[in-house]
Amino acid sequence: MTPLLTINGLSKAYPGVIANDDVSFDIGKGQIHALLGENGAGKSTLVKMIYGLVRLDSGTMTLNGTEFAPPTPHAARSSGVAMVFQHFSLFEALNVAENVALGMEDPPKQRLLAQRIREVSEAYGLPLDPSRLVGDLSAGERQRVEIIRCLLQDPKLLIMDEPTSVLTPQEVGILFETLRKLQSEGTSILYISHKLEEIKSLCEAATVLRRGKVVGECDPRAESARSMAEMMVGSTLHTPSRKAEAPGEVVLDLRGLSVASSNPFGTSLKDVTITVRAGDVLGIGGVAGNGQDELLAALSGEALATTDAVKLNDVGIGHLGPNARRALGLLTAPEERLGHAAAPDMSLTENALLTGAIRENLVTNGFLKWPATRAFAEKIIAEFDVRTPGPDVAARALSGGNLQKFVIGREILQRPLCLVVNQPTWGVDASAAAAIRQALLDLAAGGAAVVVISQDLDELMEISDSFAALNAGRLSAPRPIKGLTVDEIGLMMGGAHDLEISNA
Amino acid sequence: MIRLEKRPQPSKAWIVFTPVVAVLLTMIAGGILFAALGKNPFEAIRTIFWDPLFNEQFKAFSRPQLLVKAGPLILIAIGLSLGFRAGIWNIGAEGQYILGAICGAGVGLAFYPSESAWIFPLMVMAGALGGWAWAMIPAILKTYFNTNEILVSLLLVYVAEQLLASMALGLLRNPEGGGFPGSRNLGQIDALSNPELITGTGMHWGVVAAFIAVIFAYILLNRHMLGYQIRLTGESPRAARFAGVKPKLLVIFCLGTSGALAGLAGFFEVSGPAGQISIDFNSGYGFTAIIVAFLGRLHPVGILLAGLLMALTYIGGELAQFMLGLPAAAIQAFQGMLLFFLLAVDVLSNYRIRIGHGSEKTGAA
Repeated sequence: MTPLLTINGLSKAYPGVIANDDVSFDIGKGQIHALLGENGAGKSTLVKMIYGLVRLDSGTMTLNGTEFAPPTPHAARSSGVAMVFQHFSLFEALNVAENVALGMEDPPKQRLLAQRIREVSEAYGLPLDPSRLVGDLSAGERQRVEIIRCLLQDPKLLIMDEPTSVLTPQEVGILFETLRKLQSEGTSILYISHKLEEIKSLCEAATVLRRGKVVGECDPRAESARSMAEMMVGSTLHTPSRKAEAPGEVVLDLRGLSVASSNPFGTSLKDVTITVRAGDVLGIGGVAGNGQDELLAALSGEALATTDAVKLNDVGIGHLGPNARRALGLLTAPEERLGHAAAPDMSLTENALLTGAIRENLVTNGFLKWPATRAFAEKIIAEFDVRTPGPDVAARALSGGNLQKFVIGREILQRPLCLVVNQPTWGVDASAAAAIRQALLDLAAGGAAVVVISQDLDELMEISDSFAALNAGRLSAPRPIKGLTVDEIGLMMGGAHDLEISNA
Repeated sequence: MIRLEKRPQPSKAWIVFTPVVAVLLTMIAGGILFAALGKNPFEAIRTIFWDPLFNEQFKAFSRPQLLVKAGPLILIAIGLSLGFRAGIWNIGAEGQYILGAICGAGVGLAFYPSESAWIFPLMVMAGALGGWAWAMIPAILKTYFNTNEILVSLLLVYVAEQLLASMALGLLRNPEGGGFPGSRNLGQIDALSNPELITGTGMHWGVVAAFIAVIFAYILLNRHMLGYQIRLTGESPRAARFAGVKPKLLVIFCLGTSGALAGLAGFFEVSGPAGQISIDFNSGYGFTAIIVAFLGRLHPVGILLAGLLMALTYIGGELAQFMLGLPAAAIQAFQGMLLFFLLAVDVLSNYRIRIGHGSEKTGAA
């Protein structure tokens, strides 16, 4: 196979960290090539160099036999490289066609553009109405907007950064159909992911990065998921373990919980009803934007409900604010680490106070006990292996994984009766993720009720006892995780948004 | 190519250093301004910063003025800084200052000619209450109707000025004043006056109150839950709600406190240095205090120093007008430059300057 893009000895250093070190590999014409690696392995930096967002320090790239060093994304696009980012850059208040036009160099008239969007979306099995407001679209549909924006430019190389993290299993299937169709037409795809089963089913070549270096190349179809994971991590993986225990009393009892979202494009919770017993881990799946943030806010006390909609140990607490709920033993850890779970510019000591003030008894008559607070922060750092010079460091100076260990540790060390976490391992490296999952399981084994809201199905399958899914603000009835198939989970998450027909 | 690179955490050295750099840059830019006006820039700068304190001819008058001017600036700025830390912008301290003066003086004059020792404390409370009540208007409008406190508090200054004129011409006018506008002179009535406590220093009760406010604000911000909540709200409103902060209560507390302190400043001014309610009693302390609060990095000790520095430019500015014939507007522009440079240089505490091509700002992902 003739290579489309040849990468030779690419290096990129940031102050204090080498993001890419002498990276070389080829992407063949019409090949779906996987770029594998943990968070922080340097995948994003590498593709940003290919896409012209980041300038390389040394090394060369050749596209179609000619030297290729795009100074800007604009130059990369005109050479035929397109990219779909993990985080969408769309305006919620504009419609689909307007959003697509904003990303184009020379957009045609709206009516013509709408026509072209319809054609492309039908040709590739990605139905999309150009006149709909992006704010009303699901995450999967928003991704289609981004993909179609790329396809309109007729790319030779399409880069996809973690495209499936926002999709239901059915939507993943449809996306793969589209990608295979593109491949059959000769488009090369660079596919970034850490989900190994997907890569096995989709890709024909893979480059594995670890700490900025290429540590292996393989044909994913010939490897097992475990062997690729170990290549990625560089050591044997520790799988969280737990003992089976008889379930205890009901700790958290939600009955008909309905809360309007504070965000105009958010999802209101509708009639959420569920119970969680002591020692149980309830996994709540669902595509992003289906009420996860709202559910966490309704449990943390940031959004209030009627008294009996939320009960903890049979006491109605729906009307209580965050601190009153903490005092009773319901603790939470939101998804957004910086700016929600922790204040970016405050020190870890000050951030330990943020939720620990009451249960750790860090305040007397309104006066703060700084020595005790500092000791609490140091305890979190020590017990949860937070890598930091000390508790005086600002939260924003920590890496995502370390800050997440700090945030989860802060709640666990307060001995909750019930802990609710949203995306506990999002953007966290594999070993920190394993440590966090183990800590959650240990907490449940110690008799607490644990609710894990996550978009990572593998994670939920690994640690939950039962599974429920959020779809448009409604929570499905929970089912025991044992014996649940991926198809069933997908249907609980809301299927594939009227997509089955178009690709059938 | 010059680029700004975000520091991993704010530089402690620069936080202390930026006000000094800002003052130096103001001196340079101000010097150019004065030179353009045809004055000797070195002489002008010396007149503003040096002569008030050390010139044999002026120091006897100017030195006490330092505390007289700094007192209200510090007192108001301390109150404002609490709100500014939490992202609550009270721009109307000038109006609260006027209301404090009217209410304090009004209560005192209502008891005239009683000599009771209880009157002065009562006036202090009335002054604080007047400023507090005036600040409650934007506070309540913000919490109940979600109005913008910047606009409401600012516009209420102009309402307060009209009220002041009406008081000076009507209700509080001195019945023995031969029809001239303005109230009785409180300084001449022992029970109602706020005298100089130590002769030749300018120290009066308002200055004492300012020092006490500095100490209380320091303790509040560093040792108390409420101060922590104020800082947390300013840094990250969402994290503050997660920590159980009630934003509306904080708005009421911050606006109320800053209003009460501005009211106190107004009262101590009217019963002391100014002496009477007059049409043009207010002299811009409420606005200048905003500069003082930022110049002091919203930190109580910083505000103390900034208030003294600002007072110096006031006194020195008057001296320069009088000695060198500089226009008043040039002095105001000079003071404004101080805030301008401070905010500009402020970038350096969170960012560092990189010169030349190098690594992009995008972090390693």
